[in-house]
Amino acid sequence: MDAIVVEELRKRYGRVQALDGVSFRVSGGEVFGLLGPNGAGKSTTVKLLATLTTPDGGRAEVAGHDVVRDADAVRRSIGYVPQSSGVDRDATGRENLMLQGRVQGMGGRALHKRVGELLDLLGIAQAADRVVRGYSGGMKRRLDVGLGLVHRPQVLFLDEPTTGLDPEARASMWEELGRLAAGESLTILLTTHYMEEADQLADRIAIVSRGRVVVEGTPEELKASLYGEAVEVEIIDGRAADAEAIVDTLEGVHEASVEGRKLRSRVVSGARAIPAILSALEASGIGVESVTTHRPSLDDVYLHYTGREFAAEDAAGGRDGDAPAAR
Amino acid sequence: MTLAVRHTWFMVGRQLRNLMREPIWIALLLVQPMVWLLLYGQLFKRVTHLPGGGFGTTSYITFLAPAIVIMNAFFGATWSGMAMISDLDRDVLPRFLATPVSRISLVVSQIVRSALIAVIQGVIILVVSLALGVRVHAALLGWAVVLAAAALMNAAFAGLSQGIALLVRKEATMIAIANFIGLPLFFLSSTLISIRQVPHWMRVAAKFNPVNWGVISAREVVLRGTDWAAVWLHLGLLFGLSVATAAFATWTFRAYQRTI
Repeated sequence: MDAIVVEELRKRYGRVQALDGVSFRVSGGEVFGLLGPNGAGKSTTVKLLATLTTPDGGRAEVAGHDVVRDADAVRRSIGYVPQSSGVDRDATGRENLMLQGRVQGMGGRALHKRVGELLDLLGIAQAADRVVRGYSGGMKRRLDVGLGLVHRPQVLFLDEPTTGLDPEARASMWEELGRLAAGESLTILLTTHYMEEADQLADRIAIVSRGRVVVEGTPEELKASLYGEAVEVEIIDGRAADAEAIVDTLEGVHEASVEGRKLRSRVVSGARAIPAILSALEASGIGVESVTTHRPSLDDVYLHYTGREFAAEDAAGGRDGDAPAAR
Repeated sequence: MTLAVRHTWFMVGRQLRNLMREPIWIALLLVQPMVWLLLYGQLFKRVTHLPGGGFGTTSYITFLAPAIVIMNAFFGATWSGMAMISDLDRDVLPRFLATPVSRISLVVSQIVRSALIAVIQGVIILVVSLALGVRVHAALLGWAVVLAAAALMNAAFAGLSQGIALLVRKEATMIAIANFIGLPLFFLSSTLISIRQVPHWMRVAAKFNPVNWGVISAREVVLRGTDWAAVWLHLGLLFGLSVATAAFATWTFRAYQRTI
């Protein structure tokens, strides 16, 4: 069953069309990444799905409940980790978690046990009874995630979970999130503008630009959809032109071209194309010096689909003062 | 409804727990009302002997004490929206809004917290007054009325303060508005001096001043010859105003939600 269904969502803030018909589906247990520059509509999508605001058009379901008509049922099924930490900084970590559990209808020994469990899981047990004001950025963010998990939600929304963290805290957060995604049978919707984060954590990705999903797929599919893989074959005995003619006829090999001794081509899958290329060349008696491939990174995909303006959009939409996405 | 009450209780607990961690805040909570009582008590000591009278007692401190309870509750209320702004600034509210928490509890808990503190301070003022020789004429019922007036006084303006906080969402603006409302209403009441001693127009204005409603209710039960009709009338007016401002705050909360 689909844990999240989004159909043609629209939302306007004043003169800004934040969402202009966003659609996607996320199946149960999946980690889904919404990728895009600041101002693309990622956070707005999450706010709509978390029932903080209502759409102007379209519809959305989370855990089988309509986000407008059945908002309270959605709220019981989700954990929401907002972009900017919503913890009560004057309370302790444990108090924050206890209160969150209580408003989710938990109580008594079950709640105490769950809170202890989460504090251990997130590695903040030693700081549990300290006021959050003294927490490091990474600890505070872990607590944010904990607040989203207290009531064992079916769907967890993570809005920019590692923005503003130093590289070390980010890496350890990724580790935690990876473990979470594997451990609890949880559907996770994650927004980010870090390619690496999406690549590492998400099973599937949708790239959002100007309030629309421009492309969707697994990170591998997206990379393959763009350029495939680049294969470069170095020919020994000056028969590069012959080699080009042979390789060009092979299935799954595109845009073969020669430059000096180098035969370049794009293939859908290097693992499948390379043996075919090599055996075809060998059959014609053409010697091969070396074969190299490189894969287009998610950065290339992102750049391709969000267009060149994304750097400008990032600068214009960047409210959190964070450096633009790693690329 | 029961859910709203439970959630209000949780939220009041959160606010009080956090405040209990601030030793300076607690110290001022206890000392501030006594300072008012002693300072004003000394400053205006002799006004009860003014020609024209109207004080109902020759002991100025007896005249003053119940009004200080009200004044303290009133000023506390005008600032109560600051906590809401702090929650807004720190994005605590959006986090709660993604849970099934009762929306109304997020607003009402701020008012209840504010009124509770006013009652605690009221008890302190009454105890200190007792030590200074003030006797509450209506005895135990009188204490209850003074504290009820303090709670309603505070709730009425805390609702207003929360509503304004949700509309302006800026500390500096909130401070300006609190000052703008606070001092004029305070001086247009009979807190410090008998209403018979002030110019006619002020006497008329005071009739419509909620701060004065609170002062009348509280003072009537302390002085001899309690006019119970006046007590209940003014408590009723304060109650009505509290309901109205709580509704206003709830309405502004919905307006805030639409901006998310």
